Amino acid sequence: MSKQPKVRKTPAAIGVAARDPAWVRYSLIAIALTFLGFVLVMPVLLVIVEAFRDGAGAFFTAISSDDTLSAISLTALAVGIAVPVNVVIGIATAWAVGRFRFPGRSLLITLFDVPLAVSPVIAGMTFILLFGSQGLFGPELTELGLEIVFSPPGIVLATIFVTFPFVARELIPFWESQGREEEEAALVLGASAWTMFRRVSLPNARWALLYGVVLTSARAMGEFGAVSVVSGHIRGKTNTLPLHVEVLYGDYRFSAAFAVASLLVLSGVVTLVLRKLIESRAHSD
Amino acid sequence: MHVKRRARGLPGFGLSLGIGLSGLSLLVLFPLSLIAFKTAEGGFDSFVSTATSARAISSYKLSFGTAAAAAAINAVFGLIVAWVLVRYPFPGKRLVDAIVDLPFSLPTAVAGIALTALYSKTGWVGKHLTELGIDVAFTPLGITIALTFIGLPFVVRTVQPVLEDLDPQAEEAAAALGASRLTTIRRVVLPPLLPSVLAGFAQAFARGVGEYGSVVFIAGNMPMKTEITPLLIMTKLEQYDYAGATALACVMLAFSFTLLIVINALSAWAARRAGGA
Repeated sequence: MSKQPKVRKTPAAIGVAARDPAWVRYSLIAIALTFLGFVLVMPVLLVIVEAFRDGAGAFFTAISSDDTLSAISLTALAVGIAVPVNVVIGIATAWAVGRFRFPGRSLLITLFDVPLAVSPVIAGMTFILLFGSQGLFGPELTELGLEIVFSPPGIVLATIFVTFPFVARELIPFWESQGREEEEAALVLGASAWTMFRRVSLPNARWALLYGVVLTSARAMGEFGAVSVVSGHIRGKTNTLPLHVEVLYGDYRFSAAFAVASLLVLSGVVTLVLRKLIESRAHSD
Repeated sequence: MHVKRRARGLPGFGLSLGIGLSGLSLLVLFPLSLIAFKTAEGGFDSFVSTATSARAISSYKLSFGTAAAAAAINAVFGLIVAWVLVRYPFPGKRLVDAIVDLPFSLPTAVAGIALTALYSKTGWVGKHLTELGIDVAFTPLGITIALTFIGLPFVVRTVQPVLEDLDPQAEEAAAALGASRLTTIRRVVLPPLLPSVLAGFAQAFARGVGEYGSVVFIAGNMPMKTEITPLLIMTKLEQYDYAGATALACVMLAFSFTLLIVINALSAWAARRAGGA
């Protein structure tokens, strides 16, 4: 979506493609589909099959156990805080970067991509160095009786870190390419800066923003490495859904692990459908 | 900066930049800077001895080697997938196009356990490979497969838009001038695609080097054999060896930042090529 809108050149392109002999076309399609089948499709099918291996009863027991429910609520908490925080920061940054030219602008864009380039393990580790018992603020936190790492606040911080750039990355190219006439008209007609932004700029950017929110939520829900470092794996207290899957898998409770994993597959598929819907709506606008 | 703001006429520059910069500094840059700070605190000698220990070196070789192999596989197959999606009509094409994004939506831990079960000795695919004498799970080959899963969309989604913008007239002209289809592909189609394939390769590589969730399950995690660098960092953290963990993290960060700059340069090159085509 961040790329320029797709112009379908299929008719002309197919005229050329027709010159590829049929056996080339069919073999390339077969290679592509086989590759995607082995690498992408089979793992997903396997999750669903394994989730119901011990029957529907075992499946529902696994997904409604207390540990699963508390993992769901901690995941929801992490998503519920990471998304609004990153929406506010993402909108602000994209407005500054997408609408203005200033020194250091491209450096800022690159720095915003840093969380995507850093290993999730390193992302999580920074919060141990900050708030762990031997960390920078460790002694003060102990004195105050506050816990950040090995407890939900650490998980929320790690989640914010790994999902940091997604909203800004969608909005920056949008606001770069968008004209300013409507906003300037609003200002000339006497709207305050805030009214202009709320009534003109944001509504125009709704699809790009929504797309960024969907990407943020998907990653926040599924993050494993970073939250794994800061969680301490305390069952029923600091396990998110992906961490809960790991714990069950480590206990050799495979069908329960796959049952919980199937919830994540379901949410992944929902996210995928939402993304495609937003893409097609944004193109038809 | 005020001059630019007045020239553009839109309000809110100061406030929005302020929010963006504070968020970035507090939530990302300050925490990350602690890694450099902690490493410096440990001293240069201890940094070198940890960062160049035999176990660390073999973890770099594994992480970088498998990430490069997976990115190369994705460069080849990703290009084929993108080509097929852009150029050939076939039933279910839109579904296939959507499936390519699956790794972006599926949690890495789920991919990890699914691929492990699929490619283990008793798995759907693994049992046939075992008959052929190929072990996938708990070997570097397994790690490569997990990283292939993670990296595929990077290549396809970088190449696809460039391929869509490629003007078929150039190919028709080449054919009209008597070039064979193979020569046309090699001389007319591939050169403009090259920057985007390289950019996709670099993105998949960067993501693969740092990847943790999908790899830990299938890797086996044997020190010196199948232990990736992020896992070694994790192990050191669990042993409260923070100096050791930060030293390794420093090496990875230096690499990631270099690669980030390379990716930005490649993407700019790809965008210029696409624009000029």
